[in-house]
Amino acid sequence: MRPESPENHTDMFAYYFQLGLRSLRRNPVLTALMVMAIGFGVAASMITYSVFRAVSGNPIPAKSERLFTPQIDSWGPQQNIQGEPPYALNYVDAMALMRAHRALRQTLLYPLWLSVSPEGGRSLPVGANGYAAYGDFFPMFEVPFRYGAPWSAADDAHHAAIVVLSEALNQHLFGGADSVGREIVLGGHAYRVVGVAGHWDPKPRFFAVWGGSNGFQRDPADFYLPFTRAIDLKLDTAGNNSCRGKPDFSGWEGWLRSNCVWITPWVELEGEAEAARYRGFLESYAADQQRAGRFAWAPNVRLRDVMQWLDYLQVVPPESRIALVVALGFFVICLVNTVGLLLAKFMRRAGEIGVRRALGAPRRQIYAQYLVEAASVGLAGGVLGLLLTALGIGGVGVLFKPQIARLAQLDFPLVGLCLAVAVLATLLAAFYPAWRAAQVQPAWQLKSH
Amino acid sequence: MQIKPILAALRRHKAGTVLIVLQIALTLAIVCNALFIIQQRLAHLSEPTGIDEANLFVIANQWAGGSLSTAQIDAQIRADLAALRQLPSVRDATPSNSYPLRGGGWDNFVALTPEQVEPTSDAAVYLGDEHLLDTLGVKLVAGRNFRADEVGAIGLRENVVPSVVIVTRELAERMYPGGAALGKPLYAMSATPSTIVGIVERLQTQSVEAWQAAYAYQSMLWPLRQAWPIGLYYIVRAKPGQLDAAMREAPRALYAQSRQRILDPADGGSFAEIRRRAYDSDRGMAILMGVICAVLLAITAAGIVGLTSFWVGQRRKQIGVRRALGARQRDILGYFLTENLLISGGGVLLGVLLAVAMNLWLVVRFAMPPLSLAYVAVGVVLLLLLGQGAVLAPALRASKVPPVEATRSV
Repeated sequence: MRPESPENHTDMFAYYFQLGLRSLRRNPVLTALMVMAIGFGVAASMITYSVFRAVSGNPIPAKSERLFTPQIDSWGPQQNIQGEPPYALNYVDAMALMRAHRALRQTLLYPLWLSVSPEGGRSLPVGANGYAAYGDFFPMFEVPFRYGAPWSAADDAHHAAIVVLSEALNQHLFGGADSVGREIVLGGHAYRVVGVAGHWDPKPRFFAVWGGSNGFQRDPADFYLPFTRAIDLKLDTAGNNSCRGKPDFSGWEGWLRSNCVWITPWVELEGEAEAARYRGFLESYAADQQRAGRFAWAPNVRLRDVMQWLDYLQVVPPESRIALVVALGFFVICLVNTVGLLLAKFMRRAGEIGVRRALGAPRRQIYAQYLVEAASVGLAGGVLGLLLTALGIGGVGVLFKPQIARLAQLDFPLVGLCLAVAVLATLLAAFYPAWRAAQVQPAWQLKSH
Repeated sequence: MQIKPILAALRRHKAGTVLIVLQIALTLAIVCNALFIIQQRLAHLSEPTGIDEANLFVIANQWAGGSLSTAQIDAQIRADLAALRQLPSVRDATPSNSYPLRGGGWDNFVALTPEQVEPTSDAAVYLGDEHLLDTLGVKLVAGRNFRADEVGAIGLRENVVPSVVIVTRELAERMYPGGAALGKPLYAMSATPSTIVGIVERLQTQSVEAWQAAYAYQSMLWPLRQAWPIGLYYIVRAKPGQLDAAMREAPRALYAQSRQRILDPADGGSFAEIRRRAYDSDRGMAILMGVICAVLLAITAAGIVGLTSFWVGQRRKQIGVRRALGARQRDILGYFLTENLLISGGGVLLGVLLAVAMNLWLVVRFAMPPLSLAYVAVGVVLLLLLGQGAVLAPALRASKVPPVEATRSV
């Protein structure tokens, strides 16, 4: 046995590592059991975590606390959603908020579905999905631009026939060239291209959670056009429309005057003070409506920021949360199992430990030796876990809806996390067995040999 | 079999014992709940739609090319339907706004009187013409089908409430319990009544998600063609065994009528496809839980094998002494089996508590139904058997320890 000098740490570490590997080879079955337990445990946790991370993340971290969606109760206590205002605005209230213009930036939006006429009339038309919005939409949500720029407030005011394309639709229609100034036909109406957005598809799509696959839409948006123009052309919403009472209207104009909600508003507010002021404005607007006899109830308004809104609409699918919890429970059991197996493995070598202790090795060294051995088991488990995670993420489409499964990715942080969790968890599991090993009484062990 | 010496020996192996107890308890908690989730999801998966799924498919037809009037769109729809119904492989076809398992769609509150503020219930709205019943293959159990002259068109954002309506038995019973619904009025968010002229046996609503569970089979059929600029669905019923042919021929027939349309390949399709899409997350959850259960039981068994082997190795000398003093192989085997039964017994006792606690959390957090005790019982038996099975190999090895072991190296 080599001399044990506490000064020579790296040497001892390497030596313990070798000892560990040798010991692992001595009981291949036990070792395989431990490595597999850790591998499966860490892989199950990582796969479900990768999905959970994707669906529960903040889609716009830099601004999420400055973006708010106002809600106004236009249905009243008998017909609202258990005391909460409807999830969207009707046309009358939406336009009133826009006219008041109390926010730094503001937009209304609703989803559209339009046909794109093929060039030259040869191939079949294709469908495209997009949003009707105000020009503030783009700076508010930090939409990157490949070509051109957002449209202006004047364009909104003039109900301009203009459009911002996504990179994908620009690729489809113009082969990716700078199409600013060109014309396209959507749903039978011509629009002039003013900009092409770069790749932009926040997940969840926080600004269109209500009535849009709960924020996990199948395809990214293809185009954006002015809200005012869309209303002129009577472009129907491709999203939800929810009414109360006995709607007695017929046709487009009647619908705009009805209590049907279908428009999502967003405002950008600088800081808490301004948010409080805006909340006050919503209160006073609702109070005005009550006084005017439009609402027969006291003001009931909300102003939720991005994360509060996602939380309120329960965007994280319960499946992904249950799966994560079950996988973590599974990992805990794997660790308990590892504690037992390590204990068996270490205590089997009580005689060996007795000899080392009798030759003068302090308890610290015994600790170190067995923790290093455990860490090497953990590392092996982590590598196995990584392989299983990669396989699992490839097959995660079996477990979740495709638009959610697609979000799970094995990236660099996940690889690091997987290995780190495997090693740290195994070390944690090894503390008690290593402590027991270090408690071995040299004299007692030597006696029976 | 004496239990006292076993307990005395276990006291010498506190750590190992506690670990196995803990592992069995946690495994039981997870396995019970996982089995329960699997059963729930599978039960959900097999809920019937009430329609002739084997022969049905759906075409998501969106209009292209811009502003058409309601009359123009309606004329196109009628021409399309005539073309579809003429196909040799097609039995019948209907226009509609939606289809079962679509994932959501048009719902209306329903009430018994026009003055009622609090609605009686909620119901899914399916639009169609006089071919709707035959196309879906739903069974009319009372009353009559729509007449061709009752079918109209509904344009963009028009608020048309038909004077006649066909409802499912579930909705009929909800509105007028005791089979008295036929001929009665129903107010679907309107001041004017719709008379119930027919009752069909069963037709599922458009979503199978939890939010629609309260009225899962409350549907009503309206005699309307959806002539909206955005488009509509064509539901087509193929003749028996000719689904593939019909699915090939139908799009061609529609394009022959007009090319100003988009048939969305990601929406609709055969009902096998639609069913698969609708239950994606349920099936996924059942698979995940199944895999986790299997791996978990394997790992727990492996843990028991590992620790028991260790104990057998440690006690070879004592086993030898017992054998030398006259214990039979059977006695040694029995000792380890009983020891495992005691440990597993402790594990499952703790596990039952954990399983119920975990279920309570799921009930509160995810509104799951409470765990039925049958699953706990199944889990307990499963884990006790697993423990006995896992301990068998090391215990047999222990029983083979020769009495001469007692004389070695003491």
